[in-house]
Amino acid sequence: MRVSRRDFLGATGALAVTGSLGAVSAFAQGKDILLGSVLDNSGNLDIYGKPMVMATTLAVEELNAAGGLLGRKIKAIQYDTQSDIALYTKFAQQLARTDKVDVVHGGITSASREAIRQTFKRANTLYFYNVLYEGGVCDRNCVVTGTTPAQAVEPIVDYAMKKWGNKVVVLAADYNYGQITAKWLQYYIKERKGTVASTDFFPLDVADFGSTIAKIQQANPNFVVAALVGGAHMAFFRQWAASGMNKKIPLTSTTFGVGNEHLALSPAEGDGIVIAGNYSQEAQSPANLEFLARWKKRFGDTKIVHEIAVSQYQGIYAWAAAVKKAGSLEREAMLKAVESGISIEGPAGTVTIDPKTHHAALDIHLMEVKNQKLTIINTVKQRPPADTAQYCDLIKNPNDNKQYEVKI
Amino acid sequence: MDYAAVVILEILYMISFIALVSAGLAVVFGMMRVINLAHGEFVMLGGYTTLACQRAGIDLWFSMLVIAPIVVGLVGLIVERLVIRFLYGRMIDTMLATWGLSLLLIGIVTLIFGSSAVNVPTPIPGYQLGAYQMGGYNLFIIGVTIALYIGMWLVLRYTRLGLIARGAMQSADVASSLGYNPRTVYMVTFTIGAALSGFAGGVLAPLTGLLPASGGGYIAQSFIAVITGGSGAVISGTLTSSVLFGTISQIVSFASGPVLGDIVMLALAIVLLRLMPTGISGRFLRNSQ
Repeated sequence: MRVSRRDFLGATGALAVTGSLGAVSAFAQGKDILLGSVLDNSGNLDIYGKPMVMATTLAVEELNAAGGLLGRKIKAIQYDTQSDIALYTKFAQQLARTDKVDVVHGGITSASREAIRQTFKRANTLYFYNVLYEGGVCDRNCVVTGTTPAQAVEPIVDYAMKKWGNKVVVLAADYNYGQITAKWLQYYIKERKGTVASTDFFPLDVADFGSTIAKIQQANPNFVVAALVGGAHMAFFRQWAASGMNKKIPLTSTTFGVGNEHLALSPAEGDGIVIAGNYSQEAQSPANLEFLARWKKRFGDTKIVHEIAVSQYQGIYAWAAAVKKAGSLEREAMLKAVESGISIEGPAGTVTIDPKTHHAALDIHLMEVKNQKLTIINTVKQRPPADTAQYCDLIKNPNDNKQYEVKI
Repeated sequence: MDYAAVVILEILYMISFIALVSAGLAVVFGMMRVINLAHGEFVMLGGYTTLACQRAGIDLWFSMLVIAPIVVGLVGLIVERLVIRFLYGRMIDTMLATWGLSLLLIGIVTLIFGSSAVNVPTPIPGYQLGAYQMGGYNLFIIGVTIALYIGMWLVLRYTRLGLIARGAMQSADVASSLGYNPRTVYMVTFTIGAALSGFAGGVLAPLTGLLPASGGGYIAQSFIAVITGGSGAVISGTLTSSVLFGTISQIVSFASGPVLGDIVMLALAIVLLRLMPTGISGRFLRNSQ
């Protein structure tokens, strides 16, 4: 018998592989569970996306190292959407129709989420959106583990109005996130008998805020709320500080810090900005310290870890908890498990999925930027997504498929 | 009263901003009829050069005023030698080539500096104007732009170099018959244009911050200003249109918001080009520089 080199290599290779897999042979029982993701790993938004992709890798590797789910191994299929909204639709179709994944964790901007959410709904592919957003998505196929305005905007308004007064100027990014968040801001400010002196919207490429800063001074508010998004809008914080306004009118933001913006500004420029959110790297909880240690071991640099990377990580663990509870990946069983009030302990605290809204109750920190760090002022445990809960009840109306906005 | 002063200063700043980012393009397009779609990236490169120097511990003023124009000028020289010189007179090909170049430059800068926004510290603190707090750096930009345009005018009007450049611009054939190689003139002009763009980028970096893709934000405004200004007179045309657009877009921005400011500016450009297809300078300023 003539043994070709290829046969020989093939046979020994197979031996080597089976040998090395001997320890985890439990995986052999079924095909892999497929976890899809669509995230911007390059381009304009990669400051948000890259750490999310890493968090996905980390979570899947950890779950596999702990024996996988249902005795099966999880395989991550991650597509890079390159900060291009057209690629979201393309890769969403691919995940749902070609790869036939069991779950998708992805989407960053609200525009990208709305571009792909209906695709997954039609294909009955369970979808997790793990980013802070403007709230209101009511869709049984979709689970949200990021914060909503009731969680991360209301605490800012509450704190700032008590501390500084009730006249407010709102600046927001000009797309669905900024528009709807501005409405919630107005709602929370009015609820506390405050006034919104003015609301201005900025397209994402606006980088000159000279006239805006002059107009803010003319309105002379007690404080300013900035719901600005992306690299160009960073210029606002810089120009605000350059004109010396950071010493005169307090500044708060619903988005600052999410993309680690506090590291891009000097301490003199960033100090004093008040924000709220689910995560601060400074949190000294054992869960966070261990998470950062694991991240460091896997990727090295922990400086890039931000709130939505942690949200993505927690979202995957929440999904894993649902899979364990359901005991199957079958759709109805999964939805029932999601609606059973599953709860996990993540790096940023407890994440409890609310059955009615498919949103999450989260621990929320009120924070202040100090010396390029997000210093925690106070923490509210398990703050519910009360905004979305005003409108959305998926137990009563399982067929609801709408994004609700607050009426003012 | 204070507010009026604030508005006027912001208008002056906007005029300076447009004039500053347009200067390099005005030289290249006005003198050579080369449409350089990588103009915005030259500006961006100036900013990143300043950032790199500042990180290396070099004095910020020296970085932005001297090193940034020299580095970007050299990049311009290389680009002219490798790409542009083969494409003179082929407008569409030049556009395609420079567009490709702009993508290349964005890619290279992303590889070196990453794609997240970075920051050059603002070297001048804010100051008090009546009840208002103003950015001191804006005043510096206004001053620098005035100095730059006076300098450009002096060079074009009174130096041998300026005379040759104007001659080559009016009629390349005559200049060449008098012993000046138009190709050399073009090379020098393109290099100077690139250096001016780098200068603008360096000076603006502390105010706008830097992203590899931020060149795109400059190119629309500068093209509108240069084309509307017309190629008949590089300096006065560009200045006139900068004053016009800066004033109007800033007044509209104050009255409503930056979105409407941009829309009005674009609408005005369309109307002006319909009425004056050769630009403002082609219509009114034919005998100036």
